[in-house]
Amino acid sequence: MEKFTTHTGIGVPLRQSNVDTDQIIPAVYLKRITRTGFEDALFSAWRKDASFILNQEPFNAGSVLVAGPDFGTGSSREHAVWALKDYGFKAVLSSRFADIFRGNSGKQGLLAAELAQDDIELIWKVLENAPGTEVKVDLVSKTVECGNVVAPFEIDDYTRWRLLEGLDDIGLTLQHEEDITAYEATRPSFKPKTLPARTQ
Amino acid sequence: MGKTLAEKVWDAHVVRKGEGEGANAQPDLLFIDLHLVHEVTSPQAFEGLRLAGRPLRRPDLTIATEDHNTPTMDIDKPIADLTSRTQIQTLRNNCKEFGVRLHSLGDAEQGIVHVVGPQLGLTQPGMTVVCGDSHTSTHGAFGALAMGIGTSEVEHVMATQTLSLKPFKTMAINVEGTLRPGVSAKDIILAVIAKIGTGGGQGYVLEYRGSAIRALSMDARMTICNMSIEAGARAGLVAPDQTTYEYMYGRPHAPQGEEWDAAVEYWNTLHTDDDATFDVEVDLDADTLEPFVTWGTNPGQGISLNEAVPFPGDFGDENAKLAAERALQYMGLEAGTPMKDIRVDTVFLGSCTNSRIEDLRAAADVIRGREKDPKVRMLVVPGSARVRLEAEAEGLDKVFKEFGAEWRFAGCSMCLGMNPDQLEPGERCASTSNRNFEGRQGKGGRTHLVSPVVAAATAVRGTLSSPSDLEPASVSASTTTDAA
Repeated sequence: MEKFTTHTGIGVPLRQSNVDTDQIIPAVYLKRITRTGFEDALFSAWRKDASFILNQEPFNAGSVLVAGPDFGTGSSREHAVWALKDYGFKAVLSSRFADIFRGNSGKQGLLAAELAQDDIELIWKVLENAPGTEVKVDLVSKTVECGNVVAPFEIDDYTRWRLLEGLDDIGLTLQHEEDITAYEATRPSFKPKTLPARTQ
Repeated sequence: MGKTLAEKVWDAHVVRKGEGEGANAQPDLLFIDLHLVHEVTSPQAFEGLRLAGRPLRRPDLTIATEDHNTPTMDIDKPIADLTSRTQIQTLRNNCKEFGVRLHSLGDAEQGIVHVVGPQLGLTQPGMTVVCGDSHTSTHGAFGALAMGIGTSEVEHVMATQTLSLKPFKTMAINVEGTLRPGVSAKDIILAVIAKIGTGGGQGYVLEYRGSAIRALSMDARMTICNMSIEAGARAGLVAPDQTTYEYMYGRPHAPQGEEWDAAVEYWNTLHTDDDATFDVEVDLDADTLEPFVTWGTNPGQGISLNEAVPFPGDFGDENAKLAAERALQYMGLEAGTPMKDIRVDTVFLGSCTNSRIEDLRAAADVIRGREKDPKVRMLVVPGSARVRLEAEAEGLDKVFKEFGAEWRFAGCSMCLGMNPDQLEPGERCASTSNRNFEGRQGKGGRTHLVSPVVAAATAVRGTLSSPSDLEPASVSASTTTDAA
């Protein structure tokens, strides 16, 4: 995973709550078996509408999405994070993220920064009054700057550390393989195994 | 101090405790007892293993099925959609290469992954269950800690049989009382989501408790736990009891003989201690609950079927007001319209929420001896091939076919329209599935989430209806009444 320390880019105000993963990427795009190339799928239904924010300059070149509360609700599809990343987004700001989406973001180096809704509203105003304003997201100091707005954001320390270091989760876990093996040895025998297969 | 059920299951699976305390603590490393796999969220994970040269650690704790892309008609023919066919073939190749048990289309155990696991007896109390699918919360009905994960986590579980997780907060959902006839588990969970909102459960594990929950069958408990994610909770569970054990006993992978006794002894410890405390408690009255239905485009936008489409101005919160305006526009609804005046084009009975044998029986009981509104199309999609066989053995397929419904093969089908079962733009559907998001069931499609009996009654009248709205059924060979 790429390291994330700070990012500065055009902010995109998405004044909408409950942006679910079916809107971020509809199911029809989940048939692909690759992990990249999902930029065309991002918000594909909404992008058919010419007035949608990503169809307007300079927002189409945005890299910091500023969304309403409950962003990423619904499905566990990591494709939602891939689509945002493939389009060029480096960070999403919201006052509340769905748990699975937030987790998926952390695994893929997309920063999900949780701000107070009041600060989100202030940033929306700046971005709407002066389209093209850049948003600086600083993971080291856990702050966001946009125009005259400076706001703190929340992210759990562990995810922050992994993003700052660009660490591979599986590699980290396998450092503790002995612990896994020891746990497996204590597992009760009544717990089921899928193999050998038994059927009715 | 005592522990909640969720904390007990969590603690029993800690491989390595995260260092530190409180908000700055590292996550715990938890062992995963069962990893369910389907074709949509696994190809990139298998590819990751291959690229890193890592083996699948525990094929014997992994099982795969084909469900999202599978057609529900002509299943003996090659899948027409090339990308769907490729994704299914990729799963088959991966399962072969990594030694994963797979139930393919045509197999008697194929079906929606969350129907297949419990039906094989692989889902048991006190387990940790994961799948690259947010409706994994279904398995919580057995007192298992079950949650959806993203593809990176799927790869992590494949490589290590563990997950790094930060402890959750706990929320009790207390449902006391007795459900009235025509009111079911689906109505309970839709009412819960309307009450706490789509974000209300974020960061929590829910435990459904109370006399109304205890009175529910396993199929009904699965319906409730299934939709925990729609309230934002990654997992939701119910303490195991005699109902759980009776469901499990004799299933292919249930423990046998002395193993069964040992298991039951352990399962009996899986309940929230009397002196344990939840971070939050929410109460719902089962006695007064009515059939519930959604009017908007997220599962929290629901009301009683007897009410009318709400006015956006009635919502205090500005974001909720905007969301309501937008939802009404998308849904093509006018505020103030009685929900029961809303006409539908399609009725979908299926999905991991409501496609089990009891769901089919409940719907069949409503339509038996009645006629379908000729303008309504009804799809009945059993959750698994096994459920389909069971239903046919009981003659339910005949009830549905005589009624004029389409009797299909198993899969996720119109819940998310990854196969050909989709709504047309503007089409309106009463659906027993779990998400009424924009375009979920097909581009431009409009979804009202309902219970199986409301779906069935709606198919009779053509407008959103509960069974109590129906005229008495006509006498036929399949009814036992002798009324004129």
